[in-house]
Amino acid sequence: MIHRECGVLKTTYEADMALYPLPIARWAVAAVAVLFFVVIPLTLHDYYLSVANLVWIAVIGALGLNILVGYTGQVSIGHGAFMSVGAYTAANLANRLGSPWPVNLLAGGLMAALIGAIVGIPSLRIKGLYLAIATLAGQLIIEWTINHVTFISGGVQASIEVARPRVGPVVLDSQRAMYYFLLCFVVLAIVGTLNLMRSRIGRAFIAVRDQDIAAEIIGINIFRYKLLAFAISSFYAGVTGVLYTYFLGIANYEQFQIGVSIDYLAMIIIGGLGSVLGSIFGAIFVTLLPIVIRYAMEAFGAMFFSPATMLNLIPNLRLMLFGALIIFFLIVEPEGLNRLWRNIRSYFRVWPFAY
Amino acid sequence: MRRHLAILTTVLVLAGALVATAPALAQSKSEIVIGVQCDRTGATQIVGTVLCPGFHDYVALVNSKGGVDGHPLKAMEIDHEYKVPPAVESYERFKKEGAVTMAVYGTPQIYALAAKLTEDRIPGTSPGFGSAAAADGQRYPYIFPIAATYWSQGAAAVEFVKKQFNGNLKGKKIAYLFYDNPAGREPIEVLEDLATQEGFQLKTFAVPPPGVEMGAQVLDIAQRFHADFVIAHLFGGAPSVSIKEFKRVGYPLRKVVSFVWGAAEANIDGAGGFGVAEGYYCMQFAGVGTDYPVLNEIREMYKKQGKPAPKEMASTVFYNRGVLIGALHVEAIRNAVKAKPDSKITGDDVKKGFEKISNFTLGGLVPPLKITSTDHEGGGLVQIWQVKGGKFEKVTDWYAAYQNVVAKHIKESGAKK
Repeated sequence: MIHRECGVLKTTYEADMALYPLPIARWAVAAVAVLFFVVIPLTLHDYYLSVANLVWIAVIGALGLNILVGYTGQVSIGHGAFMSVGAYTAANLANRLGSPWPVNLLAGGLMAALIGAIVGIPSLRIKGLYLAIATLAGQLIIEWTINHVTFISGGVQASIEVARPRVGPVVLDSQRAMYYFLLCFVVLAIVGTLNLMRSRIGRAFIAVRDQDIAAEIIGINIFRYKLLAFAISSFYAGVTGVLYTYFLGIANYEQFQIGVSIDYLAMIIIGGLGSVLGSIFGAIFVTLLPIVIRYAMEAFGAMFFSPATMLNLIPNLRLMLFGALIIFFLIVEPEGLNRLWRNIRSYFRVWPFAY
Repeated sequence: MRRHLAILTTVLVLAGALVATAPALAQSKSEIVIGVQCDRTGATQIVGTVLCPGFHDYVALVNSKGGVDGHPLKAMEIDHEYKVPPAVESYERFKKEGAVTMAVYGTPQIYALAAKLTEDRIPGTSPGFGSAAAADGQRYPYIFPIAATYWSQGAAAVEFVKKQFNGNLKGKKIAYLFYDNPAGREPIEVLEDLATQEGFQLKTFAVPPPGVEMGAQVLDIAQRFHADFVIAHLFGGAPSVSIKEFKRVGYPLRKVVSFVWGAAEANIDGAGGFGVAEGYYCMQFAGVGTDYPVLNEIREMYKKQGKPAPKEMASTVFYNRGVLIGALHVEAIRNAVKAKPDSKITGDDVKKGFEKISNFTLGGLVPPLKITSTDHEGGGLVQIWQVKGGKFEKVTDWYAAYQNVVAKHIKESGAKK
């Protein structure tokens, strides 16, 4: 992560595969962990933690989508719908059976994985833009179903309230408690994805992405791995949906409409397709940038505009700046923020002796 | 040299900060913060760009008269693009800035924030959207619809249609044309109940999102179902499309009554102007037009500042709703400050302030609501206006209908939990 490496000469496959290429990497990870588990939650105001919580939820969702789109090369515009599958599964279980949150979380993830695998079936025959449209159909069908089947949606309002989760005696109702709760799942999701990509399954995904015919010839079962990619990705989405439901205290279908799928797609494209760090960067970027822009404009806008103009200007200018910055970053580095970060690192690796 | 510059800048910045804080210290009474969510850029921007200035203008008017009992008000607005995560962020930001009451905007947003508002004990309003069941103040103590919910609107629409047929709906055919989302389907249960009670035939016609295509449904209503009257409940651009389609198939618009989100100048203009929509009935939860004392005061205020009145005032339906929402928040704060002589008011105080609002009408712009600890809707009052001769004309005064039926549904939905 954040360290300089010089003279790394690997002589075994084990060394090449290691999660920590150098001892200092271990320390860097430990320092980051202390920062996120101790320093941030104990020093920052609830407001900043609430923003962090939104970022955590986005990180898990983006990681899941990146497994499918970035690593396996299957475009999906149905991520939001898979989140809603998880959310409604958990909300129904919580309200009908009164089951605890770990059960609901797992069930929500598994149900989303199942539905995701079914929606992924067309991927066996079609690719690229055509697949994107097929998953779009999946998104709309799931939206429609939740909207109209009252058994799932719990009534015409299509919203189901859930009680706050509890861990032992603690009810997780503050932003700080939620922060720890969500952060645990972020860590699980990151470690899980990192390890998945080092395993046979992850390698198979990448092979499918790079050239599926070649992958089939070297003995990868395309049918199995494409559907597996959909299932794993949707599992992440389902878990995201459940966490979101517990975070808000309600499952509501309007929280998972097609715009959400597009937002997540934007996150992984900006962050970097096919990288774990990229998903994290993308989620942070897309969630935080509008907030940062607004703060900047609140601070400096009053010098130039009247308050009434400002109120109209801030949201519009924010949208424009947001769009412009996305284009800027994509032109500077089409492979996303992750690549930008690696470029900066490799520059400093030999700094100040660039030549 | 560079160091000197740095020191100089620091001193300047510090001095500037001191100057900036000085007037704030001079004020004797503390500022009261209202959180205002708005959508000026998202799916419902035709509402937000007009409604929010109305809110701010009313707050500015109160401030120009010395605030609430000497306390200046600050309406802090954040635009959430009609998305949920920015709405959550804006909620926490308002809370950090010490907001004691919040004007939430949007149905998914009020759902997403309901639990938080209750936990943090801050009242939030959802005028004209959100769940109709939230009228139950016992079940949702911190949610205030403060305007007629979709159930009340449905009941009021049936009552209006009944009047058109001289008080007898037996055997009449009423079509319900609605946007196919939870908000659109919400009134159906009330309408069905009323259909059995009044003996009319109800048929529902769903318009799938995004609601720009409804030729088939309108043709069905006009030429197959032969509806005697149409109740329309559409959002966004859909009301304009419906007016155009009714016109195209030759169905008289004086047999159509629309719910509150298909009732603004913007909807009529979108259909081709007031000439096209002649006869169209609209339901309103705030007064329409420019002829109210409070609006004159706002124009006066602008004139005193040497500025022209804002152009948003011309779009009276949404602007007046913004004034109504702002006024009810301010009134609740006024009640809260009155009840607490030390005037350190909290969300709980403002909640109680809301529950004391009664007969606060702003010269007819606000219905004579009576909000109590059990009824957060305030009676479900609406007016019907009609497009006539190039403008909206008032047809009925404030009224609510079939309140026993609406109350029954509120009770049932509470019992389900």
